[in-house]
Amino acid sequence: MTRIDDTFARLRASGKKAFVSYIMAGDPDVPRALSVMKGLPGAGVDIIELGLPFTDPMADGPTIQAAGQRALEGGMTVDQTLQMVRDFRAGDAVTPIVLMGYYNPIYSRGVDRFIADALAAGIDGLIVVDLPPEEDAELCIPAQKAGLNFIRLATPTTDAKRLPKVLQNTSGFVYYVSVTGITGAAAAQADEVGPEVARIKRSTDLPVIVGFGINTPEAAETIAGVADGCVVGSAIVKEIATGKPVEEVLAFVATLAAGAHRA
Amino acid sequence: MAEDGLNSFMTGPDEAGRFGIFGGRFVSETLMPLILDLEERYEYAKTDPSFWAEMDDLWKHYVGRPSPLYFAPRLTAHLGGAKVYMKRDELNHTGAHKINNVLGQIILARRMGKTRIIAETGAGQHGVATATVCAKFGLKCVVYMGAHDVERQAPNVFRMKLLGAEVIPVTSGRGTLKDAMNDALRDWVTNVRDTFYCIGTVAGPHPYPAMVRDFQSIIGKEVRWQLAEQEGEGRLPDTVVAAIGGGSNAMGLFFPFLDDPSVNIIGVEAGGKGVDDRMQHCASLTGGRPGVLHGNRTYLLQDGDGQILEGFSISAGLDYPGIGPEHSWLHDIGRASYVSITDAEALEAFQLCGKLEGIIPALEPSHALAHVMKIAPALPKDHIIVMNMCGRGDKDIFTVAKHLGVQMAV
Repeated sequence: MTRIDDTFARLRASGKKAFVSYIMAGDPDVPRALSVMKGLPGAGVDIIELGLPFTDPMADGPTIQAAGQRALEGGMTVDQTLQMVRDFRAGDAVTPIVLMGYYNPIYSRGVDRFIADALAAGIDGLIVVDLPPEEDAELCIPAQKAGLNFIRLATPTTDAKRLPKVLQNTSGFVYYVSVTGITGAAAAQADEVGPEVARIKRSTDLPVIVGFGINTPEAAETIAGVADGCVVGSAIVKEIATGKPVEEVLAFVATLAAGAHRA
Repeated sequence: MAEDGLNSFMTGPDEAGRFGIFGGRFVSETLMPLILDLEERYEYAKTDPSFWAEMDDLWKHYVGRPSPLYFAPRLTAHLGGAKVYMKRDELNHTGAHKINNVLGQIILARRMGKTRIIAETGAGQHGVATATVCAKFGLKCVVYMGAHDVERQAPNVFRMKLLGAEVIPVTSGRGTLKDAMNDALRDWVTNVRDTFYCIGTVAGPHPYPAMVRDFQSIIGKEVRWQLAEQEGEGRLPDTVVAAIGGGSNAMGLFFPFLDDPSVNIIGVEAGGKGVDDRMQHCASLTGGRPGVLHGNRTYLLQDGDGQILEGFSISAGLDYPGIGPEHSWLHDIGRASYVSITDAEALEAFQLCGKLEGIIPALEPSHALAHVMKIAPALPKDHIIVMNMCGRGDKDIFTVAKHLGVQMAV
């Protein structure tokens, strides 16, 4: 049982949907990103997705691209991202942290070393966008063996033939990508997402969380209503980018969380 | 017959799209079903005589193949050693080798029922080739090009527009070729149903590196029979030399000779201002290390934290921080050797070639030529070097003029 499994068990027991929020590590700088991160659980966030900055985020739209660039220009590194997690963990032993990013910074560090460091820092799961099931031997299998959840993306192009392959080595939860496209682009449509989530749930007992294209409390409520929860990323990152005080960013997050929890 | 216990160097990639540890399919889940479908369709087309009949017909009547294999007498005399031959792929329609591959991919796209073609381009040669073939077949064409390249390659941007393509300047990241490739992938992931991504080099997720290599291999296949025609039955080149950005013209020349151990294979990377720790070059193999980008594992220019670095070269066509995975493998197993040539050396070769042979080369093959100039003098007179003249220099005259301090009215 990881913190992710515990969190879903608790949410299920209280009949609540999960609200997952995404922020980029080191955006716009480490102190500010850390104070937003520390405030997320209080704003109603059940699971934190922490973006690992990368120069070439091929699946991300302009908002998250810019966030990664801001972080890297500020000198953000994998070491400092792990340190951010340790600093967060010093005050919160419960909220799951999922590191989300691309493979090269992990590969560059060395997979075994990265897994050990991630576990030691208090990371619970990984989402690595450019590692499909075909490349499971790279990181997915060693990470699962070491006790990290490996959360896979399922998409509208994941057909019935392919779904079992996608689910095979997935743990923690399934992240359903609501649209074909990049983060922060087209709006997720509940009438399209609902049947897809139901289709996935027929093949797995894992919770199914929907992300991409959710940016208002109303959308969070509607989409969480047809799944086990939802993820908001770009909309929060946009708030951070405006330079607003941390409390205002967290107040916005709280409205999104409340939306998801109403579902 | 190959060495190292392998029966052949020409059987790669394996089922997982790997050449040794290189290659693979490092893409998001949304794209996975698309590249698996592409692989299946390409595997079928590869053995379909009607596919190759269509290719051969267009290669001959539209592109102008076979391109000549030209013995360069004055350059040979000037260097005083090995006999230098040039494979004249700069005489192809659109002025470079790029169209060899584009034709193959677009014929495949048509067979797959795709109606919209996207491409990335650096110097604009692949963009022009793609726009050209799309115009010929009446397909919608969108070309992603770094904003910085749009500015420095204005003639090619205009050409693409004349051919009916939409050129999208890419400002994300640093606005170069790698960012153009990122945005093309973002487009593809958004428009999965009707869109075919026509990659311009031997990189990207499997099956692209193998597919592009197969289409470009026409270069080396022609060299084999053309050299035999001129030098006698069974005569192979002793050395083949080609410039490498992503490495498609080089793979095209090298591949048919991989299992001929007497053929020395040399790839020439862009050394920019010199291959050292200041990273003002694009020499992925001599100055980079293995990593994962744009769907494949290969040698990349990157920092200690796995962040991708910008390359630097006078030649926009070589300005890419990676290299095709098959080259990485050939490098590691030692079947091919890879060297680098600086901007200054390439400029010198560019000028010499014009004066001695009446051929103005593109800056990309000028790198290959510069290496030929280095090695030919010390080689015996019966040693045969074939270099790939993969593009013509018309597009580069403004860049070269600037470097030579010549003012040109535009």
